[in-house]
Amino acid sequence: MLLIPCPHCGPRAQTEFSYERTVDSVVQPGGDPTEAMEHLFTRANPRGPDEEIWRHTYGCRAWLIMTRHRATHAIEAMRAVGPEALP
Amino acid sequence: MSRYSALGLLRGVFNGQSHWQPAWRDPEPKPNYDVIIIGGGGHGLATAYYLASVHGIRNVAVLEKGWIGGGNTGRNTTLVRSNYRLPQLHNFFEFGLKMWERLSDELNYNIMFSPRGALMLGHSDSDMVRLAERGDAMRVNDIDAELLSRDQVAKLEPLLDMSREARFPIEGGLIQRRGGTARHDAVAWGYARAADQLGVDIIQKCEVTGFLRQGDAVVGVETTRGAIGAGRVGICVAGHSGHVAAMAGLKLPVESQTLQALVTEGVKPMINGVIMSQSLHCYISQSDKGGIVMGGDPDNWPSYAQRGQPMVTEGAIAQAIALVPALSRLRMLRTWAGVTDMSFDGSPIIGTTPVPNLFLNGGWCYGGFKATPASGWTYAHTLATGTPHELNAPFDLDRFRRGDTIDENGVGPMPNHR
Repeated sequence: MLLIPCPHCGPRAQTEFSYERTVDSVVQPGGDPTEAMEHLFTRANPRGPDEEIWRHTYGCRAWLIMTRHRATHAIEAMRAVGPEALP
Repeated sequence: MSRYSALGLLRGVFNGQSHWQPAWRDPEPKPNYDVIIIGGGGHGLATAYYLASVHGIRNVAVLEKGWIGGGNTGRNTTLVRSNYRLPQLHNFFEFGLKMWERLSDELNYNIMFSPRGALMLGHSDSDMVRLAERGDAMRVNDIDAELLSRDQVAKLEPLLDMSREARFPIEGGLIQRRGGTARHDAVAWGYARAADQLGVDIIQKCEVTGFLRQGDAVVGVETTRGAIGAGRVGICVAGHSGHVAAMAGLKLPVESQTLQALVTEGVKPMINGVIMSQSLHCYISQSDKGGIVMGGDPDNWPSYAQRGQPMVTEGAIAQAIALVPALSRLRMLRTWAGVTDMSFDGSPIIGTTPVPNLFLNGGWCYGGFKATPASGWTYAHTLATGTPHELNAPFDLDRFRRGDTIDENGVGPMPNHR
């Protein structure tokens, strides 16, 4: 089980979080249909680090972006998404 | 190499069992093959066997990174069945089930296929409607399915909690009596031995690190044991489909997730067949050694680690104990996990790719073991002829673009099928 560092709440057990999808699978509204298909139906699925969208469902309920190594499970970065995270 | 037989066993009594030979060779890779199959699991070995035995293509190599059958072939819950609702799926798996029934004879290797019945439980009226619908869909295609009443289920599996106060009350079930289990390692070993006898080179500890290209086309592979040329190359690596295909520049409709299973200490017979459920995701059977084998959901987040996490195991155990309360008395012996390639409609991908000479067999989600013979048969046909067999034609890579997905559970484009 992972110990996930929530940028809002600090380190919490994985049981509080749910995985949503990868960042590369987000479909941009108004984009090119071929690109949308690729986002919907394919994944880079690397045997290494990838960016994933998680949610602290049973905690602060915020959406988060995790950079995690798929084989070692090492969490390399964790950042908040939402108005407060915007530049 | 000699055939296995009762007479051979008897002979061993007099020579101290000293006549046994290795079941397959350990060859050095040749510079060129007609067909290279990447991945020495059940599917890859079966493909090689049918290439040699059905299509007469014997200049074939199976390249395996570790040891054969060491991936998902050795990590599943050994269930064999064809009780799917959609015709593309049940036709494919039924073709496979018929192959399972005669596989020990065909391979001259006891794969211990045990058609003890695959029972799906229904826990509500709507469950029973869905089971009836599934059963009807199977029966119109001549596949055995039998809708069972509550009493019939209780008689089949006396240790199920049939009380009205049960956490998951049982209303009835759907049984496929020809379904059951098989000895998973024996499937890999049997195919390996049979393929080797026909001249297939099984090369272990040989990891593919890249593809040799001539223009667009693949003309061989780079491996940790040197470059090997090939007329055609077939990917058959289950959970590792994504990053192997990426070496050829392909991005697949696949996400790799971990699937766990567990086994308890061995006990006397208590589970007669295979128990599954329409609403829960938990499957229970008893191995020939007496251990209760259980499996549940995939971990539902991407991972290439061949280890799972306790919270998912706990969920599967909780469901199993709710169905069969006596299981709570058993101690867990072992848990393990495999990397499954979850496709975006829950169905496999077997066929050609946009890269000339490169073929793909993957996306098995957590249902690959039962498909082993049919997968090998149809993939061999595809690799030999360059075009899919009618059984795997619907499972092509292009179906996602066409919107022609085979979505047994109707859950849409997410790799979280259950």
